[in-house]
Amino acid sequence: MIGIVIVSHSQKVADGIKEIAEEMNHGKVEIKAAGGVDEDDGRIGTSAFKIKEVIEGIHYIENILLFVDMGSAAMNAEMAVEMLDEEIKQKVWLVDAPLVEGVIAATIQASITDSIEDILATAMESRDFQKFSG
Amino acid sequence: MYEDFLIDKVYFVKVIEDLAQMIEEKRDYLSGLDSDIGDGDHGINLSIGFREVMKNLGDWQQKDLTFLFKKMGMALLGKVGGSAGPLYGSFFMKFAEQAGGKEAVSFVELYQMFKAGIEAIEMRGKAVVGEKTMVDALRPGLDDFTKSIEEGLEPKSAFERFVAAARQGSEATIPLVAKKGRAMRLGERAIGHLDPGAASAVLILEIFYNNL
Repeated sequence: MIGIVIVSHSQKVADGIKEIAEEMNHGKVEIKAAGGVDEDDGRIGTSAFKIKEVIEGIHYIENILLFVDMGSAAMNAEMAVEMLDEEIKQKVWLVDAPLVEGVIAATIQASITDSIEDILATAMESRDFQKFSG
Repeated sequence: MYEDFLIDKVYFVKVIEDLAQMIEEKRDYLSGLDSDIGDGDHGINLSIGFREVMKNLGDWQQKDLTFLFKKMGMALLGKVGGSAGPLYGSFFMKFAEQAGGKEAVSFVELYQMFKAGIEAIEMRGKAVVGEKTMVDALRPGLDDFTKSIEEGLEPKSAFERFVAAARQGSEATIPLVAKKGRAMRLGERAIGHLDPGAASAVLILEIFYNNL
């Protein structure tokens, strides 16, 4: 079992990526969305506190992968992790991969293997996914 | 000279009130700068953050400066939403730490607070001078502030030099191509525009100066 936290400026984007990934999830991944600001009012942005809370909500999972879209999402993800208790902090991986592709690649790989190294490597390979040939 | 120049909580509370007022007045100006080369929410985001600060300032000022500015940093971090949240949030949280739980600080301690805060912004944003960010204002500002302290300039002049160098650094972002943030994608289209983060940083420093 791994955890995946999806951080996007848009709550809808985070929820939507979770929705796509859940289709490939065979109970091996706890997928959580942490999109938008604290208020859940649809405003575009990210919140370190919201991300921290979402991670704490799945603190019992051994490996938690964080995927972010850009800019403040990355900074707020870092701050969220810094604010975590030491024992939870050690479980978190900030994954420098594309958000949609990375989350889905990690979810699929988690259905095949329990190796966190494999799952992280697959997520990173999604940087090179080719969508059109030629 | 610097030990005798004490800056008390009355000063800092007034600064925070003035910052909140300034942010309201400059909200559309800052969002406008951001519309030119970013996502257009810098002013509105800061305004949401500072409204949250003002809602709580009455309670927070009952305690010491470390408590006050830590709470302020956390509020900006939580409410701002854009990159200014973690950046100014980190600034005020480090600023707070250096106040050492006191009710008043000396001028050298104030300098140490700014130094720690600005270094936190550089670390958080991983930015250096020349990338068209608030660091373009803050780093040269801090360098001149440091020199002024070393040369023993009297407090108001030292701070004036801090703000002047920051302002000059901010204006120097106009001809730059951006290397950070969404403006980075614009390439040469960012040329000719003042960086909104550098602009807000200078406005903030001016409030600290005007109240000295």
